Amino acid sequence: MALLEVRNLGIAFGGLQAVSQLDMTIETGHLYGLIGPNGAGKTTAFNMLTGMYTPTEGNITLDGVDITGKTPEFISKHGVARTFQNIRLFDGLSVLDNVKLGLHNQMKYSMWDGIFRTPKYRVKEAEMNHQAMKLLKIFDLDKEANLLASSLPYGKQRKLEIARALATNPKLLLLDEPAAGMNPQETDELMKTVRFVRDEFGIAILLIEHDMNFVMGICEEITVLDHGQCIAHGTGKEVRNNPKVVAAYLGGE
Amino acid sequence: MKNMKVFANWKKLDKNFREKTVNYGIVLVAFLVIQILSATGNLKNSISGQLVPICTYVVMAISLNLVVGFLGELSLGHAGFMSLGAFSGTLFWVLNCETLPRPVALIAAFLIGGVVAGIFGFIIGIPVLRLRGDYLAIVTLAFGEIIKTVLNALYLGLDSNGFHLSMKDTMSLGMEADGKVLINGAIGITGISKASSFVIGIVLVLITLFVVMNLVDSRAGRAIKSIRDNRIAAESIGIPITKYKMMAFITSAVLAGMAGVLYALNYSTLVAKKFDYNTSILVLVFVVLGGMGNIRGSIIAATVLTILPELLRSVADYRMLVYAILLIAMMIFTQSPKAIAWRAVMVEKIKARRPGKGKMKQGEEG
Ligand SMILES: Nc1ncnc2c1ncn2[C@@H]1O[C@H](COP(=O)(O)OP(=O)(O)OP(=O)(O)O)[C@@H](O)[C@H]1O
Ligand SMILES: [Mg+2]
Repeated sequence: MALLEVRNLGIAFGGLQAVSQLDMTIETGHLYGLIGPNGAGKTTAFNMLTGMYTPTEGNITLDGVDITGKTPEFISKHGVARTFQNIRLFDGLSVLDNVKLGLHNQMKYSMWDGIFRTPKYRVKEAEMNHQAMKLLKIFDLDKEANLLASSLPYGKQRKLEIARALATNPKLLLLDEPAAGMNPQETDELMKTVRFVRDEFGIAILLIEHDMNFVMGICEEITVLDHGQCIAHGTGKEVRNNPKVVAAYLGGE
Repeated sequence: MKNMKVFANWKKLDKNFREKTVNYGIVLVAFLVIQILSATGNLKNSISGQLVPICTYVVMAISLNLVVGFLGELSLGHAGFMSLGAFSGTLFWVLNCETLPRPVALIAAFLIGGVVAGIFGFIIGIPVLRLRGDYLAIVTLAFGEIIKTVLNALYLGLDSNGFHLSMKDTMSLGMEADGKVLINGAIGITGISKASSFVIGIVLVLITLFVVMNLVDSRAGRAIKSIRDNRIAAESIGIPITKYKMMAFITSAVLAGMAGVLYALNYSTLVAKKFDYNTSILVLVFVVLGGMGNIRGSIIAATVLTILPELLRSVADYRMLVYAILLIAMMIFTQSPKAIAWRAVMVEKIKARRPGKGKMKQGEEG
């Protein structure tokens, strides 16, 4: 059984069918791309996968658990983490605290331990710091650990969001346009980091990206959406030469 | 030489630890100064009468800051929790201060005031915390007023048959001849044996500081702040939003309830009218002026703004007007993009004039 199975997934906002009859199967360890012109419904699909929107049809199974229409909290605990197209960090908190929040459901101690500074508090906080710093190091953010998240430059904010998502110990990581706003050199670096994350953590990664070099260079399998419909599916090469895809992108531009 | 070393080590300490130590220090130093002044007879009467109210408002401001500054929800009913604590704690005190040892009865009164306010915090929190922004503000405001109105019309008596309750008048309590009216509607609770003191007030301030400062700097506090900064992101990483909203709201209510007990036991009568909308707004003014999420600011704002009107009796009538203007000015100064840009320019100018100092300050902020 595959890690993620999406069957006949659809959602309508009033009269607008934003996504319809979407099928996807993602195996553990896979790098999967979701592409399509602006307004195709990619982010909406992410929102359904993470429980932010409730699908109006179809179902989503993660590792054998039906997560269709469940709360974001439930879905996060079952192993789906994400980043956002428009970065959503905890701006008023430090870089380190942002990642420690990702560890919230991994390393626990009670409110009372926190107020009375019990030994358990000390042990768990030390563990959290250690783990969070390890993640920050992967993204070359360890030196900025004590800065405010909002004070980071754009590219680093994107990386911090990925680090925070990884801290939740996901089985599936969703990245919504991770390379947006990055220069070619940063994009190159990010490609390496994404591959490294997949190998190091052994998780599946599903990503949305407009940068075709990025998607073609990194994804083993791609689904193309247009007006909420899946118009093509296959490897980078297969998708690129599909006349429907060419038409969608030319028509969209 | 030695001083320098101590200073250098101090700077090396964790920033949170430094902040906390300074906050405790401020309270303790203020306590000592007041004790010395009063022992040497140098304390003005007008101020010594304000010591317990100051402690009360400091606790109120810090506890409201937990909801407004750290959780990021605007609550306009904080005086309601203060009132619930005041009435329940005082009721217990009036009934037990002669039978139980006084310190025991007093501690129990504070605990009961806190627990009752906390229970109501939970009950009110269930519907209220589903709302956001303006709606939450309006509903908390309404709850505050409802609590005031109900307590203002509440009659409670005790006779050999037990407690009697009425919402009409003392007559309808239907008590035996030996009955005693405990809560007398708008007249409230009278004949309270005063028990609050500055020392008790300071202890409550220290307890509040301990609870709130440690809470916000822990796993639960991080979760609370994450909801403020970005609720959707917090959901996406599996933070149980309702649980932590509740936690902040209830903790805040418990502390406000205890502040209510402190306040009530400072006088011989207790009336529900005192804890109205104006009191909630007053505490909000302390929080906003002191800075959202700034505990030290809450302490200072609550203290200064409680003493000032006493010292400037002549303008006391315009107190709420002045606060309202201050509140608006502060909102503009801290929230308006133009004002923020202007401040940034000013900071740059000052830095340019004193390059060394400016750089150090920046390093510290990080
Ligand atoms: N909450 C909502 N209510 C109504 N319509 C919505 C909602 N969310 C998305 N839509 C609509 O669904 C469609 C798909 O939007 P979506 O954000 O998923 O596109 P996208 O593929 O991510 O595009 P982009 O590449 O520009 O990010 C759009 O027409 C959008 O207006
Ligand atoms: Mg999108």
